[in-house]
Amino acid sequence: MSKIAEGLLYSESHEWVRVDGNVAIIGVSDFAQAEMGDITYVDMPDVDDEVAAGEDFGALESVKTSSELISPVSGRVVARNDELEDKPELINEDAYEAWIIKVEMSDKGELDRLMNAAAYANIAG
Amino acid sequence: MDIPLKQTCLHDLHVGLGAKMSPFAGYDMPIQYSGIIDEHNAVRHAVGVFDVSHMGEVFVSGPDAESFVNYIFTNDIRPMAPGSILYGMMLYHDGGTVDDLLVYKEFEPLHYLLVVNASNIDKDCAWLREQAEAFDVKIDDQSEAWGQIAVQGPAAETALKDLLGFPEAADIAFYNFRDFERDGGRVIVSRTGYTGEDGFEIYAAPAFIRKCWQKLMDGGVKPCGLGCRDTLRFEAGLPLYGDELTADISPVMAGLGMFCKLDKPEFIGKEALEEQKSMGVPQKLVGIELQDKAVPRAGYPVELEDGIEVGVVTTGYHSISLEKSLCFALVDSAHTALGTPLFVRIRKRVFPGVVVKKRFYQTKYKK
Repeated sequence: MSKIAEGLLYSESHEWVRVDGNVAIIGVSDFAQAEMGDITYVDMPDVDDEVAAGEDFGALESVKTSSELISPVSGRVVARNDELEDKPELINEDAYEAWIIKVEMSDKGELDRLMNAAAYANIAG
Repeated sequence: MDIPLKQTCLHDLHVGLGAKMSPFAGYDMPIQYSGIIDEHNAVRHAVGVFDVSHMGEVFVSGPDAESFVNYIFTNDIRPMAPGSILYGMMLYHDGGTVDDLLVYKEFEPLHYLLVVNASNIDKDCAWLREQAEAFDVKIDDQSEAWGQIAVQGPAAETALKDLLGFPEAADIAFYNFRDFERDGGRVIVSRTGYTGEDGFEIYAAPAFIRKCWQKLMDGGVKPCGLGCRDTLRFEAGLPLYGDELTADISPVMAGLGMFCKLDKPEFIGKEALEEQKSMGVPQKLVGIELQDKAVPRAGYPVELEDGIEVGVVTTGYHSISLEKSLCFALVDSAHTALGTPLFVRIRKRVFPGVVVKKRFYQTKYKK
């Protein structure tokens, strides 16, 4: 049984969002990291890149597979977690602590399409 | 189509160990237990054990056994001593690969054991029977009756001696085997493997294989799944049928010409290989080392600097032992010289790399 952090929003593709004003802090769920196994590389966009809701903004690589990261919101990347470049395993250690990018949202209404923790628990068994 | 998955004789033990299971070659097989990186490192630095009971054991015997095996096999079995093993391929007439396999020359004259890939057992047996019409041979597929484990790593010999009661393991040379009798049945122990490390493969009846597995677990040998089997063989430059050898990829294209003895009088595919050697092949398998940590995966395009596609990745990893992103790729022959700059397209970006030798990892076989 994977951990699901309260107070976050979740996408069907297993990203989480922590809302901080106009900024969406984005990572992947504990379920996603457990499915991937040992994460060896995080492919991240650069600061100032634009991301679009429903489109990929990078990828996680494990030994065996790669999995695209799908942005839950649209907007401009204002920060990325460079610590993951050398320590991608931080996502395995605590998926809710190891954020990947921060996005200045262009449409906060997109958050309405995401799930709360209780709803996400139904798909991340 | 919903064909129930087969189970090896160790299946319940894998489940009991909490392995992540997945279908492979029609079997429900363990992919990993503690994690691919942990298991990979155990084999490189200590010892690990794999369940490879899904592999096929096909016994060939009869008055024409030697000439028949030599006819369907690319390597030359005639000089083999009893108790020795040879690697090679079975080919179609056009040089495409039916399978790659090990031939064990048994101690009983005119008896051979062919160890084939699990995914190819039915295809191989049908092919063998088709080719055997003009030969006086018996082809006996005993794959279901044999369990098999691979004990691999620098401490494999110690594990066989101290945990499994095979002190003779020390005297078995690389690519040789010995027969034993245990619990009233035959046990084959060979110094072979698919990891680039020293190691042994043990073939026996399921009950004895289960006993060995349990003793290895009790002795602290790390259970290893198919996940690290692939990362280990990849680093050691070993091909996997279906990726680096297929009906469309000949051994010459795959750089395995040394296992094809063109000075033999005849074998299926010989003319095709001779032509490939003299005329050249359109594509060859190369190793590529990337400068970045992004991971090249099977199917990703290989390009020149100007974006022209010249090949495709067949297997790729961020190598656990070498800590580099590496891949095998099938590339147009004009761009396969060592040191050639090549680029791999990974999602939206293109990553620069260079052609290197396919044996990425310095193998540590006990010669």
